[in-house]
Amino acid sequence: MRTAFIETLFELAQEDERITLIVGDLGFGVVTPFMEHLPKQFVNAGVAEQNMTGLAVGMALSGKIVFTYSIANFPTLRCLEQVRNDVCYHNANVKIVAVGGGMAYGSLGISHHATEDIAIMRALPNMVVVAPGDPVEARLATRAVADWDGPCYLRLGRDGEPAVHSCDPEFRLGRAITVRDGGDLTLIATGSLLAEAVAAADALARRGIHARMLSMPTIKPLDTEAVLNAARDTPAIITVEEHSVVGGLGGAVAEVLMESDVRPVAFKRIGLNDTFSSKVGDQEYLRSTYCLDAKGILQTIESTLGLV
Amino acid sequence: MGLVRADEHIHKAVATRVRRRVLTMIHNSKSSHIGSSFSSVDLLVVLYNGVLRIDSARPDWPDRDRFVLSKGHGCAALYAVLAERGFFPLEWLDTFYQNGSRLPGHATHTYLPGVEVSTGSLGHGLSIACGMALAAKRDGKSYRVFALLSDGECDEGSTWEAVLFASHHRLDNLIAIVDYNKIQSLGRVEEVINLEPFAEKWRSFGWAVREIDGHDILEIENTLTQVPFEAGRPSCVIAHTVKGKGVSFMEDKLLWHYRSPQGEEYEAALAELEAQR
Repeated sequence: MRTAFIETLFELAQEDERITLIVGDLGFGVVTPFMEHLPKQFVNAGVAEQNMTGLAVGMALSGKIVFTYSIANFPTLRCLEQVRNDVCYHNANVKIVAVGGGMAYGSLGISHHATEDIAIMRALPNMVVVAPGDPVEARLATRAVADWDGPCYLRLGRDGEPAVHSCDPEFRLGRAITVRDGGDLTLIATGSLLAEAVAAADALARRGIHARMLSMPTIKPLDTEAVLNAARDTPAIITVEEHSVVGGLGGAVAEVLMESDVRPVAFKRIGLNDTFSSKVGDQEYLRSTYCLDAKGILQTIESTLGLV
Repeated sequence: MGLVRADEHIHKAVATRVRRRVLTMIHNSKSSHIGSSFSSVDLLVVLYNGVLRIDSARPDWPDRDRFVLSKGHGCAALYAVLAERGFFPLEWLDTFYQNGSRLPGHATHTYLPGVEVSTGSLGHGLSIACGMALAAKRDGKSYRVFALLSDGECDEGSTWEAVLFASHHRLDNLIAIVDYNKIQSLGRVEEVINLEPFAEKWRSFGWAVREIDGHDILEIENTLTQVPFEAGRPSCVIAHTVKGKGVSFMEDKLLWHYRSPQGEEYEAALAELEAQR
């Protein structure tokens, strides 16, 4: 995903000199072409995320379209007040990009796992929150946030995620993408767990249970229409995210459902159950450990639907 | 280029008027931070009347100099100076802190022409100013960016992140002014977190530094019209000021970081400022 992001941003920046990339001394090997070819549109702010974010706001208020870039929680939580007061309150044209959403940095440990970021960024007024599900969505999301005039949080995976979409889906901020239709339940996934959710849906299909599979790359503003249609059309809604179950995609979907007059028969949030991902291992191992791989997702679906 | 004496008198008269307005605003609203506002009045008056290239009729003029009040709690003085300078009607000052007002207790850009950025949490302003200065450099623009900091906010790590950044990027269109009134929220600066040797710190971070009397109109103007002090370096003005400057019983007193002048205190303060006319 980060390759899809940086290649797309590089293309956009060559066409629009207002686009500026500020990194927090991270992106070795990834940002190098951008840095070398567009030095006037690049800044390394050093290991100083508070200043990086304030800088971004000052540049955005001077007419730039600014992307800040770092990993995991560094561009969000480390400088949360700058994000709130400076980026969001000024409605500044700043895009905060985090690589390593969820547990992508695996064995690096919980300091490098972003597992509450969606909830926290979602709570900030003016902030658009986007977590693409595969490299195809990451490319489209990069263009979409660059075009959006205002604060965005772009939460990426790391690298090497499988492509879920075989061709470009229609991508609009605030709109779900229907990966496939089905009437027995709706699975809504965000971020790079999309592939695992699709694999779980495949396993269900082999048993004759057909899930509507929605990718929800934009968590805020949420596609409430897609959520309500799912509640009307299918008896169960299950959300899937590599994030705490508190306040993320699942929380956002639950909020919409509880305030509507349509409720699914069954509802379940799949994610980290208000815990730190403190076991040691790579992303695949951690997903398995916290029941967030296809197998774990499938088991939770089965128990939610009373299939076991 | 020196300031002619007539201008000095004009600036002094404006400063006294601003202090009276600030006193009344803070009295009426029963609010805090009169000491912090008074210490920066002379700096603000000179900035807005003899240094900044601005046009109150066009607050969004793209080539205007930028001013960032990083010490957002001193906003009463900024509001009064902006109103005096014609950015918005003087009557708006009467609404300071009131329900439905455009003038909250920390500087806000939202509904107020002339306020570049909203502040209030300390240690944010210099970074934003760095971003504006860097954008000007990259766009070949000639505007300058001035940021007014409190001494207390030099405790913030983020301030020093920005201090490092500005000199590394040779932002000589950036001017940081520190309102060094020697008193912060819970005590004297030297007792809370000592900043000394303060000028040496800025110098060692690569800034061109001058120390001035932050209440000497001539010295302020002579200094701020000479920026940058050195090509290729950001400028720092350490303005030695007195908290509560202008009202004898408020001067250099921690109490007046918080206390709102009421009753006889208000009358006495007003009388002192009236006498300075």
